[in-house]
Amino acid sequence: MTAVTQVALPLPILPEGWSAEKDFKAVGPLSPPTQRNIEPVGPHFLAHARRKRHKRTFSEDERIQAQETAKKVEDDDAGEISEPEDPLMLQRDAKDWKGQDHYAVLGLSKHRYRATEDQIKRAHRKKVLKHHPDKKAAAGSTEDDSFFKCIQKATEVLLDPVKRRQFDSVDEGANVETPSKKQTQRGNFYKLWNPVFDSEARFSKVHPVPCLGDENSSKDDVYNFYEFWYHFDSWRSFEYQDEDVPDDNENRDQKRHVEKKNQNRRKKLKTEDTQRLRKLVDDALALDERIKKFKQQEYNEKNKKKLEKEAEAKRAQEEAKKAKEEEARLAKERDEAEKAEKAEGKKAKEAAKNAAKKNKRVLRGAAKDANYFHEGGNAPADKIDKALADVDLVIAKIDNEQLALLSSKLNGKTDAAEIKSIFVDEVKTITGAGKIKEGEIKSF
Amino acid sequence: MSAEESAPARTAIGIGFGNSYSSIAYTTGDGKAEVIANEEGDRQIPSILSYIEGEEFQGTQAKAQLIRNPKNTVAYFRDFLGKDFKSIDPSPCHASAHPVEHSSGIAFSIRDTEAESENTVTVSEITTRHLKRLKTSASDFLGKEVNAAVITVPTDYSVAQKEGLKASAKGAGIEVLQFIHEPVSAVLAYDARPDAKLSDKIILVADLGGTRSDVAVVASRGGMYSILATAHDYDLGGAKLDKVLIDHFAKEFIKKHKTDPRKNERSLAKLKLESEATRKALSLGATASFSVESLADGIDFTATINRTRFELLANKVFGSFIRLIEGAVQKAELDVLDIDEIILTGGTSHTPKIASNLQTHFPQSTAILAPATSVTAINPSELSARGAAIQASLIAEYDTEDIEQSTHPMVTVTPHISKAIGVLCISDDEQKGIFKKLVEAETAVPARRTAHFAVPREGGDVIVKICEGVREIKVSKPEPKPKTNGKPEGEDDVDDDEDDEDEDDEDEEDEIREKVWKAGKVLAETAVKGVKKGGKVEVQVNVGGDLAVQLIVREVGGKGGVRGNIGKPTTVENGSA
Repeated sequence: MTAVTQVALPLPILPEGWSAEKDFKAVGPLSPPTQRNIEPVGPHFLAHARRKRHKRTFSEDERIQAQETAKKVEDDDAGEISEPEDPLMLQRDAKDWKGQDHYAVLGLSKHRYRATEDQIKRAHRKKVLKHHPDKKAAAGSTEDDSFFKCIQKATEVLLDPVKRRQFDSVDEGANVETPSKKQTQRGNFYKLWNPVFDSEARFSKVHPVPCLGDENSSKDDVYNFYEFWYHFDSWRSFEYQDEDVPDDNENRDQKRHVEKKNQNRRKKLKTEDTQRLRKLVDDALALDERIKKFKQQEYNEKNKKKLEKEAEAKRAQEEAKKAKEEEARLAKERDEAEKAEKAEGKKAKEAAKNAAKKNKRVLRGAAKDANYFHEGGNAPADKIDKALADVDLVIAKIDNEQLALLSSKLNGKTDAAEIKSIFVDEVKTITGAGKIKEGEIKSF
Repeated sequence: MSAEESAPARTAIGIGFGNSYSSIAYTTGDGKAEVIANEEGDRQIPSILSYIEGEEFQGTQAKAQLIRNPKNTVAYFRDFLGKDFKSIDPSPCHASAHPVEHSSGIAFSIRDTEAESENTVTVSEITTRHLKRLKTSASDFLGKEVNAAVITVPTDYSVAQKEGLKASAKGAGIEVLQFIHEPVSAVLAYDARPDAKLSDKIILVADLGGTRSDVAVVASRGGMYSILATAHDYDLGGAKLDKVLIDHFAKEFIKKHKTDPRKNERSLAKLKLESEATRKALSLGATASFSVESLADGIDFTATINRTRFELLANKVFGSFIRLIEGAVQKAELDVLDIDEIILTGGTSHTPKIASNLQTHFPQSTAILAPATSVTAINPSELSARGAAIQASLIAEYDTEDIEQSTHPMVTVTPHISKAIGVLCISDDEQKGIFKKLVEAETAVPARRTAHFAVPREGGDVIVKICEGVREIKVSKPEPKPKTNGKPEGEDDVDDDEDDEDEDDEDEEDEIREKVWKAGKVLAETAVKGVKKGGKVEVQVNVGGDLAVQLIVREVGGKGGVRGNIGKPTTVENGSA
């Protein structure tokens, strides 16, 4: 408990001869305690639980709690109405209420159009407490209530939604200066332009207003943003600056004239404002690096396709050409090979033919040498024919190699018997191979 | 409510869930608890459900059904929750749907649909339906969905009953943030008043309900509450007082018409209902009328009764209330003089005679917080719901886990100091000196108290003797001379200005009983030297969780001072884990 108990009874006087180290003497401990259950209810229990769970002592806990509350109060107070009052403003005449900055009068110039109704009410109360003429009179100063009237007027304007909008429309204090091109190029585009759009956004009939974003915003977001601002629907109006319409009935024409003038002025101002906003957005768009980035990206995208197409075509062409060449080369090679082969084959054939001819000649010669296989004397003509026919038959029946073998066997042989035996052997082999029937060759 | 800011947006209310009546409360933005009226404009909603051809009625409408449709009207079901059939006393339900045994506890056999057949509805289902209605009323009033609540329960509610109630609440879409005891809730409701000052006091909470009464002796120490003793009477309550009226009017009726309306069930129900209304009227006015149409045999009955008559008739019942309360004081091993405050809660507490009886039984120093004795008293019927709503607003922002941890026995069970700790004033002799207590007995540790003590007129060196004190009841014959060592007990309460002498000579008693403090064991001595003339000495006692005591003694405004430690007692089982 933080409360301090006051005890009126006096403490006893220190007896003579009492002494202890550091003036403190512990005598004995407490009596044993009883264990009981505390009811887990109430703020003080919660404090107890907090202390116990976090193992804090009383003073620690108090300090931590005090810090937390201080923080909370600070947070709450951050938006509190505690602006220094401009002495010039205090001198203002309430009659000139159109020229006064109502937010500044109430000390809300930090908040302006963002000030909530509650804030305005509280600010009004605070200012009234300070500037009420009765208070001033009590303090001995003159009964000058002009600033009090200013406060009342400001509250009247700001608490009426229609009048507040009219004032907000022409509230210079809430405007943010548009950064120049140079500034933008030197500084951070987003940092410089964000407040501008934020302040312009207050006039929007449509909410939420898309935000400017940063360099990482997506293309859609950025385009949406500019789309929104190019089609901005503003409630801004300029009645507040109207010239006072004379309310006397004597000069109606004058009255109408003023009214008409006001109307035209409003229209003009509105058009100017629209143009101004348009130019502002144009400027921003022109300075926005992202737009350039997206354009470049788009361009690259487009070109990429084109280049790709071209490259593709070229490649295809080259490939076709290559294939053609390859084919031609292959055909040529094949032709050549064929030709060579043909030539070779011809030669070999001729050689074989020649060899066969020679061999045949050898065979026939051998048959002649063997006197056509006739014993004794000159062979009769029919026998010669038969023998030659048989030799031809043999030649016909055996192939070139056998023929060559046979001719080599026969070559140089003159002995009739030997030649005959070779022929007989040959015939036997042929018959064994079943190429000619037995008995077909009779000469040997 | 601040609950909105928490991540799972909680809208928490306090529910005082009674056997006879329930009430719901919420806290306004500035922390004041307000009781919500339901659609019918009732702040006390009878805990009764009634069914007619499938249509559900609750509250006052259901209560009216006790006459014509008692079989399908469920009343007095709270105490059955989470219990088995053998352990309940079904007598309060005599005139409504009777409880029957069911596999999962207790059920009622009622026709709650359009069908002719009877359905068995468990008590937990009934509770869910009742809570659902309460929730709807609160949601309609607040304009947003209520999804959490702190519910009050009697001190003898078992864990099983709490679990049962929790499950029923969950069925109704209410997250039970915490169960708090009814008497403590009442204390909290009083302590949360903006003008309430924290002080160390012993509070007796008498919860006088419709069918039962509970008494709890609560030690309030620096805003922390420890229940010292409880007493229950499951028969004593408003119904007993109604019975007195029933009998009285029945006799009147018999005298006139020769029939006993108590013989007929319907007549009895009518008698009962009207008696309750008459009793309530008598709590407010000096006379009340009693009128029932067609009480018995088609005869209308009208009568009037005045408060004195009623109090005479019900004297016996009032006596048992007092006995119950005094029994609780004895159970707590205290004297009536120790009780600093009596809080009367529960509907029956409106009865003025109970409060005035207590006034005569307790010393004048005891503040009795009841509508009859204190103008600032809060409506006793609303106390428990209000306390629950305050607790709900305190913990609504907490995570469920946080609440569980904070209410865990590890945190709640703590050693309490068994004897008061104080400083000896005037003389350093323990016999002659006056014991001025700093830390009361039954204070949960860790605790810290600070006091400023005056010094002798001429200043100089003083001794601060810290000792334990023992409270004694001194009985003395009344003497005309004022007390020499005048130590009226009221002085301890800094916020009470009743510290003038207690002895009132018109007291019929022959002897005067008073509370005196005797210094006991000395704990420590310190010296403060060179205190200025008219200066003050600040003594701060810090009792640690392990009962080690740290003392800081210094002159107010002076530098330095003496710090000293007294070791912890060796026999202590360390409760502060």
